[in-house]
Amino acid sequence: MLDRTADNVARATPEPLAKKIRGISDKGLAWLFISPTILLLLAINIFPLFWAIYLSFTNFRANRPNEAVKNLGLANYQRILGDQDIWIAMQTTAHFVFWTILLQTVIGFTLAWLIDRKFRGHAFWTTIILVPMMLSPAVVGNFWRFLYEPQIGLFSYVVSFVTGIPPTNVQMLSNVELAPWAIIIVDTWMWTPYVMLICLAGLRSIPEYIYEAAEVDRASNWRQFWSITLPMALPFIMLAVLFRGIENFKMFDMVNLLTGGGPGSTTEVASITLKRQAFESWRTGYSSAFAIILFVAVFGLANIYVKALNKVKQR
Amino acid sequence: MSLTTAHSVVAPSSNAKLIAGTIIIAYALISIVPLLWIFATSFKTPPDSIAYPPKIVFQPSIEGYCNLFTTRTRQTPDYIKSLGPATGFCDETVRKRNMVIAGPSNFLPRFVNSLIIAFGSTFCAVFLGTLSAYGFSRFKVPLADDLLFFILSTRFMPPIAVAIPIYLMYRELGLSDTALGMILLYTAVNVSLAVWLLKGFIDEIPREYEEAAMIDGYTRLQAFWRTVLPQATTGIAATAIFCLIFAWNEYAFAALLTSGTAQTAPPFIPTIIGEGGQDWPAVAAGTTIFLVPILVFTILLRKQLLRGITFGAVRK
Repeated sequence: MLDRTADNVARATPEPLAKKIRGISDKGLAWLFISPTILLLLAINIFPLFWAIYLSFTNFRANRPNEAVKNLGLANYQRILGDQDIWIAMQTTAHFVFWTILLQTVIGFTLAWLIDRKFRGHAFWTTIILVPMMLSPAVVGNFWRFLYEPQIGLFSYVVSFVTGIPPTNVQMLSNVELAPWAIIIVDTWMWTPYVMLICLAGLRSIPEYIYEAAEVDRASNWRQFWSITLPMALPFIMLAVLFRGIENFKMFDMVNLLTGGGPGSTTEVASITLKRQAFESWRTGYSSAFAIILFVAVFGLANIYVKALNKVKQR
Repeated sequence: MSLTTAHSVVAPSSNAKLIAGTIIIAYALISIVPLLWIFATSFKTPPDSIAYPPKIVFQPSIEGYCNLFTTRTRQTPDYIKSLGPATGFCDETVRKRNMVIAGPSNFLPRFVNSLIIAFGSTFCAVFLGTLSAYGFSRFKVPLADDLLFFILSTRFMPPIAVAIPIYLMYRELGLSDTALGMILLYTAVNVSLAVWLLKGFIDEIPREYEEAAMIDGYTRLQAFWRTVLPQATTGIAATAIFCLIFAWNEYAFAALLTSGTAQTAPPFIPTIIGEGGQDWPAVAAGTTIFLVPILVFTILLRKQLLRGITFGAVRK
């Protein structure tokens, strides 16, 4: 039995390798190496996912584990899709994702383009710019509450100093209009370097001879930018946008610490709604259904991402 | 300066460089102000930290660090006088505010939790990741692309969505609020990054090395151990640092799944409260201590950063 497997593998592997098979076959070794990872992911990711799918069809409440569980069919899903609050949360999320991505892409690309001028000391300053994105969004986001504090906060002080608005009136986190922007500012501060770094790789991947050829053809700088720089860096920009899109769609920690979804529910993004439903109202079945809907949405984005990633790789 | 200098047609002019440099330096300086402010606040006294206008020049004090590591109770001046001489700088500072040190705070145990969970999960993720990455890189695995995509897709789930069933599962298994539970969870999240990054690194090591070793009489396993691993050290180290940073920084799972014994520093730091609200110098002190290791790692990693943040999609 064992010999036959070994023979099969020996026949399937190239000649010089086949001679060297001893003890464990290559195939056996491959599975031995890969299966622990797959098993771990099955236990910690896939099993819970199926559990959540099951719960999403029930009225289960995690704070009342002994109560009889009733099967509700698709009722949870129907209620979510008809729930006004959920749609408002989705709109808040969309607003947040749209503006953060737009700002980060524009600022990040501009910075990358400027760094690519290769002025003296650009490597050092690039490293400085990269620091915020490596830090814990929760711990740093928490400290921004202090910077946003009316009057005593540095941010509010600078804003009132520049604009002349009385310092007690700069209430970034408790003003309904400003609170979403307070979060967008912190997120942009933190993640613009991320977009910048990927854009920089894109700009540096453009071979110099293309610009030389354009120069010979007397293409203007403007023309060179629109017909060479931007299109050639585009796959990289897309990659950055998709990564940030997925991350910000899931955004939880920074919002939870800065505003906790408030004031009222003006900054309640999808993850905050989910947390409130699941861990405060303990509507486990209902929130599982919402989690599944979110996961399907993110999975869709992930698919687009992998396609874009393959495109970038082919270059 | 001189017009006759020969230069490449595409090299930016010195004027363009000057403008670009100025804007970049200005951006860099503004963007690190919040971090400098954290550092500065950690050395302010509580009254200095909430002064208006915000104080840029101040008398440095380590009161924030004292408050971070201790819990204090308010006492009458008479009682404090009856205590005898103060035993240290912190003791003395605290007594000036009519308080005495009641005991150690939870910061140190939370920080130790962060260390145990971050290093434990990093070790597991890199160990599993290296094996799988080698498997995917060198062998014909059926459905390899689908499996790799499956491994990556686990990373796209919103943490709160994952936390709901994990919370129930851990409650059944007795893993809630345990370091082991958190290590398992972070390993599962990080292993996707580890597999993708390490597969890239191992793909770059020529197969000829192992084949030569195997012709010399090594088994596949020996060849992996003696030729591939030593060559992958840089990649493994970089991957380990990325995993470590993720586990170190993680907040959502930690906030929802730990509350006491296994709580890590990120959910703890925002809860540091003094008399009459948040004790900002103590929060800043905790934040500073928490961020320093990451700063060191970022500088060590700067060459591999791009690769790490894109799951190995962009290599340069």
